[in-house]
Amino acid sequence: MTTPGGWLLVLAVLMPFVGVLAGLVFGGRYAQHVALVILLPGLGLALAIADALARSGDTLVYLLGGWVPPLGVALRADGLAAAMLAATAVVICGIAVYAWADFATPSGVREARAPLVFWMLLLAVWGSLNLVFVSGDLFTLYVALELLTFAAVPLVCLDGRGETLRAALRYVLFALLGSMLYLLGVVLLYGAYGTLDIPLLAARVRPEPIAWVAAALMTTGLLAKTALFPLHLWLPPAHAGAPAAASAVLSALVVKGSFFLVVRLWFDVMPGVVTPPSAQLLAALGAGAILFGSVVALRQARLKLLIAYSTLAQIGYLFLMFPLGFNALSSELQRGDALTGGLLQAISHASAKAAMFMAAGLIYKALGHDRIAELRGIARALPMSVLAFALGGVALMGLPPSGAYLAKKLLLEAAAETGQWWWDLVLQAGGFFTASYVVLVLAHVLWPADHSINLRARIPRLQEAAALALALCSMLLGLVANGPVSFDALLITLKELWSAILLFIGGGVLALGLGQRLPPVAVGDVTLASVVRRTTVAAGGMFEQADDVLRRWPVAGLSLLVLVIAFIAAMV
Amino acid sequence: MNVPTLFGLCAAALVGFGLYGVITNPQPLRKILAFNLIGNGVFLLFGAIARRGAAAGFGGDPVPQGLLITGIVVAFSATALAVALLLRLFQATGSATLADDQPAKAEADDLHA
Repeated sequence: MTTPGGWLLVLAVLMPFVGVLAGLVFGGRYAQHVALVILLPGLGLALAIADALARSGDTLVYLLGGWVPPLGVALRADGLAAAMLAATAVVICGIAVYAWADFATPSGVREARAPLVFWMLLLAVWGSLNLVFVSGDLFTLYVALELLTFAAVPLVCLDGRGETLRAALRYVLFALLGSMLYLLGVVLLYGAYGTLDIPLLAARVRPEPIAWVAAALMTTGLLAKTALFPLHLWLPPAHAGAPAAASAVLSALVVKGSFFLVVRLWFDVMPGVVTPPSAQLLAALGAGAILFGSVVALRQARLKLLIAYSTLAQIGYLFLMFPLGFNALSSELQRGDALTGGLLQAISHASAKAAMFMAAGLIYKALGHDRIAELRGIARALPMSVLAFALGGVALMGLPPSGAYLAKKLLLEAAAETGQWWWDLVLQAGGFFTASYVVLVLAHVLWPADHSINLRARIPRLQEAAALALALCSMLLGLVANGPVSFDALLITLKELWSAILLFIGGGVLALGLGQRLPPVAVGDVTLASVVRRTTVAAGGMFEQADDVLRRWPVAGLSLLVLVIAFIAAMV
Repeated sequence: MNVPTLFGLCAAALVGFGLYGVITNPQPLRKILAFNLIGNGVFLLFGAIARRGAAAGFGGDPVPQGLLITGIVVAFSATALAVALLLRLFQATGSATLADDQPAKAEADDLHA
């Protein structure tokens, strides 16, 4: 039945799309103002949904047209959905503030393509994400996912350069392949169980061959859309080539849509079908993503590509929660600390990564390039942007009181509880790898310049403030995630301080060993050190070559098929 | 062999051909066509499932048919988007390849140099 407050869900989906249509009708510079009119109430709406949920304590439901599933379609918002709705709204608003100056229609022109398209697509991405979060049945989720892809792809090629068009085409083709696999799984489930409504299906589905095949197809299809290693061929060029505000949308939010759907599928639809080995496989891919993403990130010459590869690694981090969510007794996937930790990680990555891309965009705008080796002294010229980047990076590393810190703590506890020490190791290693590329960039930007820097463009304070605000959101998420505001997280024990310092040292060592371009401090001529470094850099080069091979289309396509078979085998 | 099974097998064959095409063909246009082949296979399977689930007085289960139409519309829009991108790519660069073998990084570096 439709619960009180259920209509809020309809509004959350409808409002952004009304904005898209209104932007199309009014056109030109009005699209930007339409977006503004939609954004603020939209943020309020997301908070109202969270509030309504907290007050009723039960899932919000809205039955479209009053039809009851299985014939009708329901919108539902549980805690997961409400958290993601709120996080998305905050990040979208931050990005909109940042993009206000970049995507303003120039005066004297009635309509410019990039601004018009950007504002409409920003709203479209938001609406589709909201639909992904609140959809109650698997087919509506398919439509929502496709809408999200259609809105995200043109964001990649906003500036219309050949490179970005090619990146967008790769993205759309691979994403479509993924969504076809997902749809095939949906069709099989309908054929076997006669419903696609999530609670009804969860009650009917049994561990049997057709459910295994469907789960494997759907999971793999979604992984292709999320760009989990080794299905990441489209992500680095797409995320690095787009304008900064668009990169922030893509990296922070769009990949979370399909990730959220994997979570729904595994935790809500088929907790009894997926098995511990299949979850181990999923997390193993995540571990591979952390390793490859981080090592290749350390070898990038350009800041935006480094951040894009860092997204690859962070996506891997999100998938580590799956094997930790199993109940040891019933060996069924269960909502618990692991899920909370994973979702918290997703939210803190969303805000931190948006901030990092925005800061990188400002650095690019000010210097006219983003070559890491030539960023020396930029911290003095653009202190706020660099601070935003640093805070975002430090938040990702999991320093208290960031959201990632709390997430890591929850995941580590879950790993200890379920006795899976190897994921403990991967989680710790992931922190060090994150630290390594953050430290590498910080070492460059904080190093004093050898000549004076003349900035090409003045950077508006508002843009820097938007990046900084999102970085702060991620940094302070650990304080608010546990309830109203708990300052317990601020009480840093000596042990935590020590582990934070260790994180920086470990990250620095990794950056020294694997980073291809180091600031002058690192160039020592101690023979042993240089031999070691030559070896590690060569090893890093091998990772980069392997990554190039994996990102070729036929290899990625074959990986897709192999993963489907591997997931089926792991579920039997 | 009854009719739904026959159609189911045809659907499986279509999906298989489509997957082969998407993975092995280097031409984006052929990839788009192959994607449509997969789509048609999935829709055919859905149709066969609808037929199998026919209740008394119905020629088929109406729910899959409704979903099927939606799916076709979505696949059509996807194709349109992909073809539009391909056309723009051809206009902008004079070639219509995904340039799989060139690492995208080197291109981007050149561009920003």
